[in-house]
Amino acid sequence: MSESVLIRGASLLGAERADVYVADGAIREIGSLSRSADRTLDADGLVLLPGLVDLHTHLREPGREDAETVLTGSRAAAAGGFTAVLAMANTNPVTDTAEAAERILDLGRDAGLVDVQPVGAVTKGLAGEELAELGLMARSRARVRVFSDDGKCVHDPRVMRRALEYIRAFGGVISQHSQDPDLAGPSACCHEGELSGRLGLPGWPGIAEEVIVARDVMLARHTGSRVHVAHVSTAGSVEVLRWAKAQGIAVTAEVTPHHLLLPTDLLAGYDPTYKVNPPLRPVEDIEALRDALADGTIDAVATDHAPHARQDKEHAFVDAAFGMLGLETALSVISTVMVDSGRLDWAGVARVMSQTPARIAGLEGHGRPLEVGEPANLTLVDPSAEVVVDRDASVSLSRNNPWHGRSLLGTVHATLLRGVPTVLGAALV
Amino acid sequence: MKKHLIGIEDLTAGDIGTLFETAAQMHDVQRREVKKLPALRGRTVINLFFEDSTRTRSSFEIAGKWLSADVINISAKGSSTSKGESLRDTVLTVTAMGVDGLVVRHSASGAAEQITQWVDCPVINAGDGMHEHPTQALLDAYTLQRHLGSLEGKHVAIVGDLTHSRVFRSNLLSLAKLGARVTAVAPPTLMPAGVGQWAAEAGFATSYDLDEVLPEVDAVMMLRVQRERMSGGYFPSPREYTIGYGLTRPRLDLLRADVPILHPGPMNRGLEIAPEAADAASSLVLDQVSAGVAIRMSVLYHLLAGEPEPLKPETIKGV
Repeated sequence: MSESVLIRGASLLGAERADVYVADGAIREIGSLSRSADRTLDADGLVLLPGLVDLHTHLREPGREDAETVLTGSRAAAAGGFTAVLAMANTNPVTDTAEAAERILDLGRDAGLVDVQPVGAVTKGLAGEELAELGLMARSRARVRVFSDDGKCVHDPRVMRRALEYIRAFGGVISQHSQDPDLAGPSACCHEGELSGRLGLPGWPGIAEEVIVARDVMLARHTGSRVHVAHVSTAGSVEVLRWAKAQGIAVTAEVTPHHLLLPTDLLAGYDPTYKVNPPLRPVEDIEALRDALADGTIDAVATDHAPHARQDKEHAFVDAAFGMLGLETALSVISTVMVDSGRLDWAGVARVMSQTPARIAGLEGHGRPLEVGEPANLTLVDPSAEVVVDRDASVSLSRNNPWHGRSLLGTVHATLLRGVPTVLGAALV
Repeated sequence: MKKHLIGIEDLTAGDIGTLFETAAQMHDVQRREVKKLPALRGRTVINLFFEDSTRTRSSFEIAGKWLSADVINISAKGSSTSKGESLRDTVLTVTAMGVDGLVVRHSASGAAEQITQWVDCPVINAGDGMHEHPTQALLDAYTLQRHLGSLEGKHVAIVGDLTHSRVFRSNLLSLAKLGARVTAVAPPTLMPAGVGQWAAEAGFATSYDLDEVLPEVDAVMMLRVQRERMSGGYFPSPREYTIGYGLTRPRLDLLRADVPILHPGPMNRGLEIAPEAADAASSLVLDQVSAGVAIRMSVLYHLLAGEPEPLKPETIKGV
């Protein structure tokens, strides 16, 4: 039996203040409580949210344990206020079998800091040709429901159609990395526009994302299956999503913290820290993404946490690895960009960072209301704490941190996984 | 003058003037029987080439040698890819040998700029991907200036594969610094992304119509079109490209008398430039090559010789 925790005076979803008593993994009492507990957290001025859920992380294990492991990635997730993360399939070997998925699940349980839910590959080896064993992954102990070839686009429309049809049998969803490989090839690394023209970097045009989003919403309509658009990055994609949702098509979408804040101009110095796929976009796109997240056109925030060993970033820009860290800073970025600007209140943050992602992924026990009897997956946020990000203070194994040196408002004060603190006083327990 | 020469932005108009003055003196040295100057005696220059090059590498090599530097050529092609040794490790390895100047050519845009953060010695960009090739632009402007006098108000057409051209990007900047007006001519598929906004901000013009531009210009610079661009679908056929954008024999008549013709080489005769244009009396193609050595001597001298004081006449006298 775990220790009981009394959270005293927290603002629930940023609204009314209450004491919350947690024991045996669940919320037991809410109100003005006079009881004691094994541990009491003074939450005066803090905001209580359901534990954050990340639809999109790369934990690199198996294959690149020098960049991140399930354990170190779990630490980063907990520090960032997450209680569940979805681990993308582009490891080595790829998560394209039931056994591989169960292994990720077990590694996550061994780490014990967040629920690590494996994402299964859509196609064998992410090759885009033959379907992976989607049904066996779904039936496995890992109960895989989200499938993605992330890093690569399921480009062949026939394969995408069959995959969408097939996963209806078990209520799956395909998280698509929307990148037409003919319009944005493997060397494409800079938003195609004036800056890519000046810098002479291979352009990654917004249209390469938008044509796939448009195609996939039509495939979703045709098949009646669910498509989830990973890391939406352009205003054009937002327009397509808005239309599709108005039609009642079963499409959801996520946006990363970096696409909500970091503009393409940062590439001017050719620093590979800012190399990410899809690329950082101009401010017009950033504005459209913020609006879409606020009005629900974009459903969720997902980090696309992508750790890389130092040497894989110390190449010429076009040769360096894609991706940046995100787990530890996501809440602070969203607080700064969306809450401080008045675009979202804390209930809105709970929606886009916990409730909706949990629903999209079919994760039970996460993204639940703050009510008695619910699992105590909780995140306590200090909305007025300022932090200057220091990449060397990260608990991730990697240092490809685009937020280094940036000042952000709002930090994670504590995280509880089924009532057990994983983070207290803004530090890992 | 700044420590490194990565792009034309590193230079003021005054710096360019200084480089040209020294280059003119170096140019005179080139015509002597004994060409060696002692200016860089004891200094070591490494030509670190991650991409094949014959002309630029030899030009830097000759420039370094005539200044008495020890010049080492290192071909690092293929050694720095995402799967192999990191760029940082390659560069640290080479500079650990003890080097006073690094001349870098790389197929990736920005590589030279990235390298400056890892080394102490001056870095000279000898071409980085589709980004910049500053010494080429300097030698082009130097050649034009010797021919036309001041470039202030002169109108230069740059024609060809602008999207993939570092020569275009550097020339655009250097010609603007020297007061010239540029019209960039290419089919829409070979115009850089966002060129409209870029042109509006940087003050150059663009055109899809070479015939309309040629009668207006004081100089025309043809850029190489790589035949492999055709397979990329940038234009339908070499024939169509030549008819639309080549400096063909009939087009020579559109130019005003004695308008100089430049080409950075290597030329695709018959594709972007007709033999009659390449070999015309007004062609400066070979002058560009010879100016290349003088400009690179000047750049090496100013960046490596220590105190950038004016060249003394006795230094020029040679050994």
